[in-house]
Amino acid sequence: MSDAQKYWQANIRLVIGCLIVWFAVSFGAGILFVHQLNTIKFLGGYPLGFWFAQQGSIYTFVVLIFFYAWRMNQLDKKFNVSED
Amino acid sequence: MTNLQMWTYAVVGTTFALYIFIAIKARASTTGEFYVAGKGVHPVLNGMATGADWMSAASFISMAGLIAFKGYDASVYLMGWTGGYCLLAMLLAPYLRKYGKFTVPEFIGDRFYSQTARVVAVICLIVASLTYVIGQMKGIGVAFSRFLEIPFNYGLFLGMGIVFIYAVLGGMKGVTYTQIAQYCVLIFAYTVPAIFISLQLTGVALPQLGLGSMMADGSGMHLLDKMDKTLLDLGFNAYTTQKGSTLNMFLLTMSLMIGTAGLPHVITRFFTVPKVKDARSSAGWALVFIAILYTTAPGVGAMARLNLINTIQADSAPLTDVQREAGDIIDTSQNLKIDALPAWFTNWEKTGLLKYEDKNGDGRIQYVGKNFKGVDANGDLIVNEMTKVDRDIMVLANPEIAQLPNWVIALVAAGGIAAALSTAAGLLLAISSAISHDIVKGIIAKDIDDKTELMAGRIAMAGAICVAGYLGLHPPGFAAQVVALAFGLAASSIFPALMMGIFAKRVNNVGAVLGMLAGLGTTLVYIFWFKGWFFIPGTAMAADNASNWILGISPGSFGAVGALINFVVAITVSSFTAPPPEHIQHLVEDIRIPMGSKDAVDH
Repeated sequence: MSDAQKYWQANIRLVIGCLIVWFAVSFGAGILFVHQLNTIKFLGGYPLGFWFAQQGSIYTFVVLIFFYAWRMNQLDKKFNVSED
Repeated sequence: MTNLQMWTYAVVGTTFALYIFIAIKARASTTGEFYVAGKGVHPVLNGMATGADWMSAASFISMAGLIAFKGYDASVYLMGWTGGYCLLAMLLAPYLRKYGKFTVPEFIGDRFYSQTARVVAVICLIVASLTYVIGQMKGIGVAFSRFLEIPFNYGLFLGMGIVFIYAVLGGMKGVTYTQIAQYCVLIFAYTVPAIFISLQLTGVALPQLGLGSMMADGSGMHLLDKMDKTLLDLGFNAYTTQKGSTLNMFLLTMSLMIGTAGLPHVITRFFTVPKVKDARSSAGWALVFIAILYTTAPGVGAMARLNLINTIQADSAPLTDVQREAGDIIDTSQNLKIDALPAWFTNWEKTGLLKYEDKNGDGRIQYVGKNFKGVDANGDLIVNEMTKVDRDIMVLANPEIAQLPNWVIALVAAGGIAAALSTAAGLLLAISSAISHDIVKGIIAKDIDDKTELMAGRIAMAGAICVAGYLGLHPPGFAAQVVALAFGLAASSIFPALMMGIFAKRVNNVGAVLGMLAGLGTTLVYIFWFKGWFFIPGTAMAADNASNWILGISPGSFGAVGALINFVVAITVSSFTAPPPEHIQHLVEDIRIPMGSKDAVDH
């Protein structure tokens, strides 16, 4: 496998990993399992499922994008495809 | 002139002077500057501009109200309109920046080596952006007429004039730097009242934490707990529990996410940063700046609703469990007297956003839900007497309800106008670039020089502002429905085409065009089937309710299904037809690696 292919595969793996988290905090915790999670109280008076739907998912999205950007910059350097 | 009006003129006037100053400083002299600000915008600043570009009059004025009245169910908008940025950052923005051209249709046309694909993309872009712009124009007019008490159309003309100055002169360069200023105005205007109100109700300054905190009224209850119980006692639905169907929430969230990632005016913002890695981090910064407002909005919504109930209900404390078991009903006989209404109440009644009717003639207002079982002195069932509480009130009147100083109210006016202006400018820029670059330069007159194209861009911008102004003055009756249309179009046609253009090397011209048409076609038919053909009243094929919807999927949630159809058709058709030519495969390989994007800066 060429370096370009390896770089692309590593990229795809990273994106899939990030999107699993993206799906889990929003569609999972915020919608599909919201009833179960709402029985847990969080940060004072937040039902946990409700918190994920209106707060937690958004914070996670922010962290995810910066994590992705940081990992991609590492991959760019490792495979020597960085712009600088 | 009242003290409030003076404050409003001063604050709005200062922000306008700032926008014009920036317009003069940031004029565009090349098409590169006009379309993509010369690709020299710092990623953090671009994130800020994207925040203003994205957060419209609807985000600023309407979203908190939507949350206030829908409670948990409104989470779809919070997650949908932010989660899209993950898709944008990981699946589209860096690659499209690497490609380094000026518009979204240009990439689609080049990658699928098809003029048809480019034209389909241009049509989707113009329809989606124009429908979106109508709402902004209306927002500008409303803000002016309410806060400065000048006629709606004067407000609209003034707004058009300001956009005209900085968008026609500066193109993307002017728009970018004014959007940065507008972001600062709008976020300050949104968070200051929110902090005041959170402090009043919970003693916690951050609304993000206040929403989960204990009430400061000594009741020993958590705010959300009190919300749920008081609302139930008054016959409304509980706040934190789900009302709609799970399938619809799922699909609507997905449609809004992929629609967000596919909206051309947002994507184009990422063409303005210097490098591929800047496009990645800039998407993160954009979401930081958006999240500040989006995580504040749930607090604003819940607290404003509670304040409204507190104003009307003499004692808004919910019943105790013992009382509820015994079948007691919350007392509404000491409610707000009609001859002692607070000033904000009568102010907003004048605008028609707030209406009441003393149905039982007791001289007091009862604000109750449809499950309320209480009876009045005559033994008649008490019904809701707040006949209209427009959701926009929750942000616009919020500072007055909470008795905040006049300068805070003036700030909200300037913030609403900034939110509407910045989004309108971004949309108008996407429209005018598609016209001058994709239609004029790309199809009609391929050999015009840079200067002529720049002039075409300015003329297209001026034309787009006039069309948007006309639509703002004469909004088509379907204005409220079209948001579903804009997201449906972006989700079902643009997002899948862009994603396959990058991630599926095998997808060819025939597959892409048929995929886009299939996704777009099914989504349009599904929306029109229930909303009327081209939204003309009376032409709907079936009543717009859950029992008629296929599998219970609402028309607004269908974009995700349309996108799936697009993917399936494009990939299937491509596998039966010839693969893309060699040079296209090289093009895809090239956009997948960041190296070499500097060359593209020179274009």
